[in-house]
Amino acid sequence: MSALVVRAGPVSALVERRALVASCVLVAAIAGLALAALCRGDSWDAPGDVLQGLLGRGDSAVIVREWRLPRVTAAIVFGAALGAAGSVFQNLTRNALGSPDVIGLDAGSYTGVLIAITLFGGTAAGLATGALAGGLATAAAVCALALRSGVSGLRLVVVGIAVNAMLTATNSWIVLRADLDVAIAATGWQAGTLNGVEWAGLRFPLIVIGALAVLLAALSQGMRQAALGDDVAAASGLGLGRFRLLAVLAGVGLTAGVTAAAGPIVFVGLVAPQIGRRIAGAAGVPPLPAALTGAALLLAADLIAQTVLSPVQLPVGAVTTVLGGGYLCLLLFKEVERG
Amino acid sequence: MKGRLTARDATLRYGDRVVSADLDLDVPDGAFTAIVGANACGKSTLLRSFARLLAPSSGHIAFDGRDVRDYRPKTIAREMAFLPQGLVAPENMVVRQLVARGRYPHQTLLSTWSADDERAVTAAMTAAGVTDLAERRMENLSGGQRQRVWIAMVLAQETPYLLLDEPTTFLDITHQYQLLALLARLRDDGRTIIAVLHDVNQACRFADHIVAMRDGRVVAAGAPADIVDAALIKEVFDLSCVITPDPVTGTPMIVPTGEYAG
Repeated sequence: MSALVVRAGPVSALVERRALVASCVLVAAIAGLALAALCRGDSWDAPGDVLQGLLGRGDSAVIVREWRLPRVTAAIVFGAALGAAGSVFQNLTRNALGSPDVIGLDAGSYTGVLIAITLFGGTAAGLATGALAGGLATAAAVCALALRSGVSGLRLVVVGIAVNAMLTATNSWIVLRADLDVAIAATGWQAGTLNGVEWAGLRFPLIVIGALAVLLAALSQGMRQAALGDDVAAASGLGLGRFRLLAVLAGVGLTAGVTAAAGPIVFVGLVAPQIGRRIAGAAGVPPLPAALTGAALLLAADLIAQTVLSPVQLPVGAVTTVLGGGYLCLLLFKEVERG
Repeated sequence: MKGRLTARDATLRYGDRVVSADLDLDVPDGAFTAIVGANACGKSTLLRSFARLLAPSSGHIAFDGRDVRDYRPKTIAREMAFLPQGLVAPENMVVRQLVARGRYPHQTLLSTWSADDERAVTAAMTAAGVTDLAERRMENLSGGQRQRVWIAMVLAQETPYLLLDEPTTFLDITHQYQLLALLARLRDDGRTIIAVLHDVNQACRFADHIVAMRDGRVVAAGAPADIVDAALIKEVFDLSCVITPDPVTGTPMIVPTGEYAG
């Protein structure tokens, strides 16, 4: 059999062998990249010292645990959140282009953040609220605009790309009009960065993302069912209206949680679900491989961002943009060829 | 014959286009009902409204006297399964995975592959003749094989009511008759079958109850021997024919006369 049956008391599941192996490989890759990232300082530290430091022993304990670990944790959790959010929207739109960053949700969350900074100052809760409100408003706007001419995945994507462009322009305008100190703070963030991430700033986003991950796990069966098409999903007992609402909420919330903490990190949500499903050999675009791939991707991108122009640290968003831009072009070509 | 599934004064429409107005219909329980009619006469629309995919703009589609859309989705999906037309499986999906999706209304957050699920999927694949295809990807199958897999998925739902929209599409003639015989066997086991069928002769041979539709109206409903005559076929299909007993089953069989009105 190519699948394993798991049954214990009220719990039962069928686990595809290929997906299980792929998940283990991805987790190992994440662990390896995380160790490398923990070793990465002004120079590379020996892994043995770093592991000692991680356990609170040796000279490097403070550096590893207070400086590098938050950043590595952020890269893993944010990458996973972006990948999972991408899989939610690619499932909903049934289109590989339908990811939050392409349809403007990152930009919308960032607009919310900018408004929160300029109007209310930059408290963590204010930023998170701004990001979530901005993301939800954008999602509502994109859906409303796409619905007017009938729902189809590609139409929603095209409308989303247009909304994304308008929001990006709006964001630049807000930054130009803002006071100098606000503008400087905002631009430092515009590309999405993990530079200077600390535990204190991570607490709130981690709680939000953790809660939404639970919601997403609860929705994953419905997501599999929805992938069969609206008619089959509804006829087999999926309440489509409620499912879609919760899925959009989870997807927007995950994106907004990341944006509030690190700014808009684009393209992870676009690329990770597609790579993940190929690695897992899965049907449709399942969220777990997408999340694991997203974590590995963002860790790798952040390592590159710290290394290529060292000692200058690039924002990780710049690296994901370069990596993802090429992929987006490829997808657009394919989409156009398909008609 | 009375049934639990009924349409009362139901008006079915897509936007401004009214397909059926004030439709009344009883689906007899434990019987095989075939809905027949010309293209675009509203038979699929009627079936979709029974399957909760289309809400009547007025009137009711009811199950046990309660509007089908008032039930919790999973509750009603354990009572009736629906096979729509024109289905496309997600990329990379293998046959056994697709059939297993039919178990969705029986599953909970924690239990997604119970012994019951496994038994039902195995039985459904056997009944639909797709056991040998279990590990094949859907995109690599022929149209007829795919159709049988979708039918297996609907069977795996193990519902007392089975709604099928042109289930014989894509099937070669042998598989058409095999499927209809399977549906008749399920009826013999006590299930209620409602199928949109294109072939009136097949409908007469296998169904207990025929609903003939034209322009969104039910022209006649009843046992094939009672309602199918040349006048009905003329009214429903605009086709001149003679009716002769099927030499094998004795059920009505239509033979066109050769005057094909334009």
